[in-house]
Amino acid sequence: MNLPRYLVRRLFACLATFVGVSILIFGIARVIPGDPARIALGPTATDEQVREFRIQLGLDQPLPQQYAHYVSGLLHGDLGVSLYTNAPVARDLRAGFPATFELVLVATLFMVGIGIPLGVIAARHRDGAADNVIRLGALLGVVTPSFVWAVLLMLVFSDYLGWLPIDGRLSETVSPPPSVTGLYLVDSLLAGQPHVFLNALEHIILPATALSLASIGQTTRLTRANVAEAYASPYIEMARAYGISGRRIASRYALRPALIPTLTILGLDIAAKLGNAFLVETVFGWPGMAQYGVQAILHKDLNGIVGTVLVIAAFFLVINMIVDAAVTVLDPRIRLGAQGA
Amino acid sequence: MSPRRMNPARISLRRLLHNRHWYRFSRNSLSLVGLLMVLTITLAALFAPWVAPYPGNAGPGVDFAHASQPPSRAHWFGTDISGRDELSRVIFGYRVSLSVGVIVLAIAVPIGVVVGLLAGYYRDWVEMVLMRVTDVFLSVPPLVLALAILGVLAPSLRNAMLAIAAMWWPWYARLIFNITRTLTGQGYVVAAKVLGASDAHILFVEILPNCMASLLTKITLDIGFVILTAASLGFLGLGVQAPTPELGSMVAEGAQNLPDLWWMSVFPGLGILVAVLGFNLLGDGLRDLMDVEV
Repeated sequence: MNLPRYLVRRLFACLATFVGVSILIFGIARVIPGDPARIALGPTATDEQVREFRIQLGLDQPLPQQYAHYVSGLLHGDLGVSLYTNAPVARDLRAGFPATFELVLVATLFMVGIGIPLGVIAARHRDGAADNVIRLGALLGVVTPSFVWAVLLMLVFSDYLGWLPIDGRLSETVSPPPSVTGLYLVDSLLAGQPHVFLNALEHIILPATALSLASIGQTTRLTRANVAEAYASPYIEMARAYGISGRRIASRYALRPALIPTLTILGLDIAAKLGNAFLVETVFGWPGMAQYGVQAILHKDLNGIVGTVLVIAAFFLVINMIVDAAVTVLDPRIRLGAQGA
Repeated sequence: MSPRRMNPARISLRRLLHNRHWYRFSRNSLSLVGLLMVLTITLAALFAPWVAPYPGNAGPGVDFAHASQPPSRAHWFGTDISGRDELSRVIFGYRVSLSVGVIVLAIAVPIGVVVGLLAGYYRDWVEMVLMRVTDVFLSVPPLVLALAILGVLAPSLRNAMLAIAAMWWPWYARLIFNITRTLTGQGYVVAAKVLGASDAHILFVEILPNCMASLLTKITLDIGFVILTAASLGFLGLGVQAPTPELGSMVAEGAQNLPDLWWMSVFPGLGILVAVLGFNLLGDGLRDLMDVEV
């Protein structure tokens, strides 16, 4: 099977999954015990008002019809109106998405940029002092909840040492750069405002670190295991016999086969980060989509909840497709395997 | 020879208890540390009213005369803004954490196992339907799915456990599906089939016991991660409601009093870490011992 056809097939599988997800989320939101209209209007509203609001929301129609209505709205980019902020959910989410995306992106860079080198170092010095320290660090990263990291980092680097700020994305005295991508780090550079860039960078380091420590640990462990396995194989011994330097063996020969499994878990890890963003954004007052989602949940804002989860699920599926494609390009065996199935 | 006698699974269960294996397990000091941590936490939780230094000041009981005290000899972890002893609250908090870990898996594992067995054994449309549904669940980030479910249900411990179980079973379905698929073609399964064994017999007596090593290892590892997830929900205010002590909500409460009352969030946070770490080390030890993938 050629590559484009394989990818198209994956795309369709993804779309089918997304339809499933939309049914699942819609199902969860509609089996709610209690009346969303009543919850939105509060206990002071009259029965008459509630009944009218139900009709306005379309809650009086049968479920399949409600779902059809919902999907047609979805296809027009309409996620309904938030029962809590009274603004269209799509607009609220569009406002929060770049902040969350920037956070997850920087956390992913940390994960790849720190986790993989640490894993290689640990595998090179297997069972040595460096390996033991790195393994212990990675384990602590994995078992500590992100919100505990957030609290600890805040205490040490902001309250105690006073190195880094913790008030949202920018200091109050700094105005955001003109919006192009919505990512302050990118926009500030595009606009040629280095002081804004530095300010945004100062603000994102702690939340991104809190968000990434678990996945740095995970990546380190996985890379270590795979590189260690590569080191045990004959072709590395062969390279050694040829007198190729240890550094070159590590970076060119041992790392490459180890990268593919790392790439595969990248997608899963981003899913975990999207979930943990809910916690980290809460601690740092990060004005992202996750914080909007938490508010929606606490205020029983059904449209807000459904919208947030759908956007996150869509984002996650897209990431997984990209990861899938990358793995397929890197490792032809997967394509051949798919052919056999 | 009956199919039962041919079953290699009996060996793998016995392996666990075999002295030689206990020796190998105990040679790995990290696994022993994990076992010790798990035992300590479990015993402390079970006997919380006797172990906690101030059992009366762990839940609703307040003591404003001793409010907001930093860690001291009398209060090792300090006290919170209502003068409750943080160490006692952490110990009682473990009761909630451990029960959530056990109950969630008691719901999620059987569902996942049955789905995985059926999908892996019958293949065809059964596999397609069941594994598609599993994929749908797996394609929403786990914590987000639990949050969505809690968003529509009232926040309470029971609902938090249901939400976590709803996001957890697909991982077991996946695991058991993969194992079942490989085992179905094995000689002893075919032999059982030829001898006229029923499907139920093959699934639960021939195949399931061979999943046990992987299953037990994964359950051990997962108790830690379920505790972590439950604490995350508690942190957002979506789990146990006050005044029952729960580690995640204690961290959240403490976070509102940062940096002055740092002990209010740091010690419950470390409490979560110790629990997750313990089950992780123990699970890793079991994995090495039984040589399984999870």
